[in-house]
Amino acid sequence: MIGEIQRFTRAKGKSLAVGALALLAAAQALASNPPTSQVNTTGLRVTDTEVYVGQLHSATGTMAISETGSIQAEQLAIEQINASGGVLGRQIKIIQEDGASDWPTFAEKAKKLLVNDRVAAVFGCWTSASRKAVLPIFEKENGLLYYPTFYEGLEQSKNVIYTGQEATQQIIAGLDWIAKEKGAKTFYLVGSDYIWPRTSNKIARKHIENVLKGTVVGEEYYPLGHTQFGSLINKIKLKKPDVIYSIVVGGSNVAWWKQLKAAGITADKQTILTISVTEDEVLGIGGENVEGFYSAMKYFQSLDNENNKKFVAAFKAKYGPNAVIGDVTQAAYLGPWLWKAAVEKAGSFDVDKVVAASPGIELTTAPEGYVKIHPNHHLWSKTRIGVWQRNGQAKVIFESDLIEPDPFPKGYQ
Amino acid sequence: MEGISISEFGSILMMQGFNGLSVFSVLLLMALGLAIIFGQMGVINMAHGEFLTIGAYTTFVFSYLTQTYFPSLMSTYFLFAIVGAFIFAGLVGLLVEWLLIRHLYKRPLDSLLATWGLSLIMQQIFRSTFGAKEVSATLPDWLMGSWQPTDTIDIPLNGLFVMGLTIVLTCLVGLFMYRSRLGLKMRATTQNRVMAGAVGINTAMVDRMTFVLGCGIAGVAGAAFTTIGSTGPTSGSLYIVDAFLTVVFGGAQSLLGTLASAFTIAQTNSTLEFFMTGSMAKVITLLSIIAILMMRPEGLFSIKVRK
Repeated sequence: MIGEIQRFTRAKGKSLAVGALALLAAAQALASNPPTSQVNTTGLRVTDTEVYVGQLHSATGTMAISETGSIQAEQLAIEQINASGGVLGRQIKIIQEDGASDWPTFAEKAKKLLVNDRVAAVFGCWTSASRKAVLPIFEKENGLLYYPTFYEGLEQSKNVIYTGQEATQQIIAGLDWIAKEKGAKTFYLVGSDYIWPRTSNKIARKHIENVLKGTVVGEEYYPLGHTQFGSLINKIKLKKPDVIYSIVVGGSNVAWWKQLKAAGITADKQTILTISVTEDEVLGIGGENVEGFYSAMKYFQSLDNENNKKFVAAFKAKYGPNAVIGDVTQAAYLGPWLWKAAVEKAGSFDVDKVVAASPGIELTTAPEGYVKIHPNHHLWSKTRIGVWQRNGQAKVIFESDLIEPDPFPKGYQ
Repeated sequence: MEGISISEFGSILMMQGFNGLSVFSVLLLMALGLAIIFGQMGVINMAHGEFLTIGAYTTFVFSYLTQTYFPSLMSTYFLFAIVGAFIFAGLVGLLVEWLLIRHLYKRPLDSLLATWGLSLIMQQIFRSTFGAKEVSATLPDWLMGSWQPTDTIDIPLNGLFVMGLTIVLTCLVGLFMYRSRLGLKMRATTQNRVMAGAVGINTAMVDRMTFVLGCGIAGVAGAAFTTIGSTGPTSGSLYIVDAFLTVVFGGAQSLLGTLASAFTIAQTNSTLEFFMTGSMAKVITLLSIIAILMMRPEGLFSIKVRK
């Protein structure tokens, strides 16, 4: 008992000293920072020196392949924001939760972050399935989610800012380019069998048939995780399309490209345009297997501008010289910066005020160049065409104008 | 189908025929190790896919080391990687049998759960060791691209390689099971464990060797699959359903059954895929297998076993 009291006093003495220091720091901070009672009227976890945000991705399970890059990029952005003085003078603290590639787990962790931790914003999700799982919770608890992945569109929520491209932005610019550049008239659409490839191909088909006046000579879907594409490749050879339009994802992706190469389908004989291959995927596929084929993305690691050079250098300094950066990784990096800009414009962490301040927010420091938040919560962005090289990097050969996001495209549904 | 000449159509039919055989080799290769473990020991090894992954990562490590230290050997490293995959997967198998499986021989349902847990643990070990992202072993040039006997025919070289490897491996396993001393002991233990023990066979040792052999073969399959598929923490699990399907459909205790079932499933699926969409082909294949299994629960081939 006596020991305990002694320990207690000693601890108290120490904590008093720390407390005094903290008070001093707080007093200094308060001199310049708006008081917490003013910037946080809804009970979020904000103190005079700190603000808590959540991070909700799959660090384990099958989706860890894709989501690791997003986790890293968001942490890098937050580290940089903190180094430059934080948000409204407050350092950002991350509460990281693991969605474990399991959609109910995502929902449960989202609830924990919003209800127990009262975080001011969440950076997270990757698949549409995980976003759909957390969406009702974000709407009910009035949270704020920054979602990084390019996706099928057909969604708009007050509580979500979509930092990746919606389908029409990515698809239409790419198809226009290939039709003009290659004189393509016939297309063979291939995809993995779930919502994103199916919705995207639906948009692609409408655009090919109604706008480009071309023909879709085949449209095929294979189960996620399918590993044998021999029959499909023979069917494609039978139809001789000008362009193969590919949205194969996940474990199938590697098998698909390796088997195309093995079947003698190389870039000098066949044009392939894909919207599901970024630098991350090429790591697994191998540059020699996609050499000469095209991807339509808003970002490539090789983009030649000052913002991107700084971003790539910082990313490699933190995660090693061999780290690669794909489209979604860059989009994830935008999340914390967009949030900071909106909070500062609103002068408040309150979700309603941040949401209201978001439309019109511009980011001129984005690695992809320039982005701006549209009133529909998606980003204005450019679409680029990259041609893959043996070393796993893409050479950017085309860049569109800034494209308006249109998550509910008329004439494409 | 305009713009296609008769000879081109013939070429495509030929390539499609080859594709069926190629899928058959892949199925057989992925199921062989499982067939040995499940058929001979009755252990349902849910971690089979992860032993494939061990083989794939072994190939990746060999490729990486060769490229860094002996770049001149790049054209031949793959053969060593296959042997390495067999040894390494076998050693892990030995450890797993000693730590886990041998305690569960009398509880097949528990072994199912235990090996499933093992598969999750192994996946996370791969993820922590090699990172969550997929990796890619650099393949020697002679394994890439296609062989063109005529202008319009492309035969995938990796398909030919997998086919050759499958034939060699199946023959070796066949010889081992039916011509060697240890093979004889294995079959004796499968048919009547108590009697085999009574005539002086060390059944515990036979079990261990069987498990190691099955895992080793899974490792070889994993190494071979780096030529046609992905190498990542969960790559092996892509094959597990098809592998079980092949073994169960063939009749668990018969190597010949596995062979026949791999051939039937591959040809059916490959042909159907040519005439309808991939998802539909899969549905019809699975439905037919279920229908046949309802009529013949023991699978295509079954041998009488004393229970």
